[in-house]
Amino acid sequence: MSVRIISDKCTACETCITACPFGASEMRDGKAFITEVCTMCGSCVEVCEFKAIERMEEATTPAVDLSAYKGVWVFAEQHKGDVASVALELLGEGRKLADKRKTKLSAVFIGHNIKSKAKDLIAHGADLVYLADDPALRDFNDDSYAAILTTLARKHKPEIILAGATAIGRSFFPKVASSLYTGLTADCTVLDIDAETGHLHQTRPAFGGNILATIVTPNHRPQMATVRHKVMKPAPRNDSRIGDIIEIPYTQAGDLRTRVIKTIEELGETVNICEADIIVAGGRGLGSAKNFHLIEELAKVLGGAVAATRGAVDEGWIPYPHQVGQTGKTVCPKLYIACGISGAIQHVAGMQSSEVIVAINRDPDAPIFNVATYGIVGDVHEVVPIMIKKIREMRG
Amino acid sequence: MNIIVLVKQVPDTSEVKINRETNTLIRDGVPSIINPFDMYAVEEALRLREKHGGKVTAITMGPPQAAEALKEAVSLGVDDAVLLSDRAFAGADTWATSYALSQGIKKIAEYDLVIAGKQAIDGDTAQVGPETADMLGIPFVAYIRKIEQVEGNKMIAERLMDEGYDVVETSLPALITVVKEINQPRVPSFKGKMKAKNLKVTAWNAKDIGADDNKCGLKGSPTKVVRIFPPAPRGQREILTGSMEDQITTCVKKLKEQSFII
Repeated sequence: MSVRIISDKCTACETCITACPFGASEMRDGKAFITEVCTMCGSCVEVCEFKAIERMEEATTPAVDLSAYKGVWVFAEQHKGDVASVALELLGEGRKLADKRKTKLSAVFIGHNIKSKAKDLIAHGADLVYLADDPALRDFNDDSYAAILTTLARKHKPEIILAGATAIGRSFFPKVASSLYTGLTADCTVLDIDAETGHLHQTRPAFGGNILATIVTPNHRPQMATVRHKVMKPAPRNDSRIGDIIEIPYTQAGDLRTRVIKTIEELGETVNICEADIIVAGGRGLGSAKNFHLIEELAKVLGGAVAATRGAVDEGWIPYPHQVGQTGKTVCPKLYIACGISGAIQHVAGMQSSEVIVAINRDPDAPIFNVATYGIVGDVHEVVPIMIKKIREMRG
Repeated sequence: MNIIVLVKQVPDTSEVKINRETNTLIRDGVPSIINPFDMYAVEEALRLREKHGGKVTAITMGPPQAAEALKEAVSLGVDDAVLLSDRAFAGADTWATSYALSQGIKKIAEYDLVIAGKQAIDGDTAQVGPETADMLGIPFVAYIRKIEQVEGNKMIAERLMDEGYDVVETSLPALITVVKEINQPRVPSFKGKMKAKNLKVTAWNAKDIGADDNKCGLKGSPTKVVRIFPPAPRGQREILTGSMEDQITTCVKKLKEQSFII
């Protein structure tokens, strides 16, 4: 595939330069020129009014026999034996894809003492569960998780494999994709399948959420993607669903190259912000560690989690696991209350897919109001206590 | 201890603005920088060298101008720099990028540790680190926030997870990715800047690293971008009016209506 300028038709209008998300289009000798930074995304082809840019598809041959690959798989993540909520979301989404493609949905479930939970995956939509339950699999390990999934995928040839875009999913899934020489798309927010060809259309944000890209893996299988937490809807539980559980014997090949010596949970009483439905976040606008307690109190009243901007974390008001944004976590709660946050692009990248956003800031021109559902212009130190009081009153 | 650092030149996304009329990125005048997460990787490599001796080599794949990122790494104290550049690498996805990097690293040959940032801020995939490790056949540990100990061919480090951290032991050589908590990157020294200025970056093409053309660039990439588009504008926006007290009352009422307050 290549993108080419048809010189005769180019009027040097420079529209393609503005349209290119990668800065790959420039003017040379009075005509548009596509540099080697080009990713062949075709944005310029669409905007050119003069049809002076063409994208030429070279005939490509599939690397594998695509028709040999069937079924949708999800990696069902667990923490200390409990099925992670993202696994249920993947089953909900996987079920939809499998139904559309008229195929089966399977779950791959790895851990120790998790056998009794396998039926929960069936109740949430799986037709089949591959269960690897072994004391050696108690802790997450890139090598053993990847080895199990790679071996299963080589044997059963699924068309699609999904995992959550969690710390675990994003750590070991690339190893599987690398071994299988197939495509992996990170952190997807929308998935759709072509019922005919089975091509998975994977849409994900890039450039800090400023653009979206739809990506396919046309000639390789399985098609792999990690999916952002909280975006997909879990399927309701149905205990009358039936399915098979296949136990996979686990044998460790040689010595482990890496091992977990110990695991320390750091968030104390607060919940993992990626899991929270309600988040109250604070920025430098709060002014001090003491004032940060205001945020914690509001979160407590609403039953939510506490988050912060990079600025607040750098000030030492709250530890890094609470940081939302480009260098922190990406969250997508139902409600996000931004207190004293100006709305720098790096922070917004991590929270703009929240369902409802409330922004409290004394500067009416703060960029946070551009993404806010409701904006309150006022000093956060005054607004938050009143808000807490009113919520309490409302509850009686 | 010989260390290889993976760096990527990226547009400074904090400088990227959106043209609200055309919904496209405005890249005019947007500077190219070293991916911020890679700066922590460079810093950690330098600290390990200071402690254990050895050599730090920075490697990148990109167009010729990516040499600038390598020069910046050298100005910080990196000993050597390798640029993988070839038209054949253009349009590479994470698989094909990892392939080229792993071929380049195999040519460098002598290393105990490979360090990269946890992800690049333009693509945010976090895939090149683990895919490269797989292709090199070495262990991978993600999200390192602290290196506790390096002894012989073993390293003990803290890995940041969603709910806390793990203390992980890995054999070396290994590839690790680091998070921003790990250190505070230094600024370039005058001596470093002079060295960078006079540096002739080692440039290798696909043939130099023995890369199979069919596995490079767009041709070798399993994924294809089929469409790029702006996100849908967010739904209704409402700047609440009235006195501050009124605004808060309205807001709380709305949250109640949407069952956020029960």
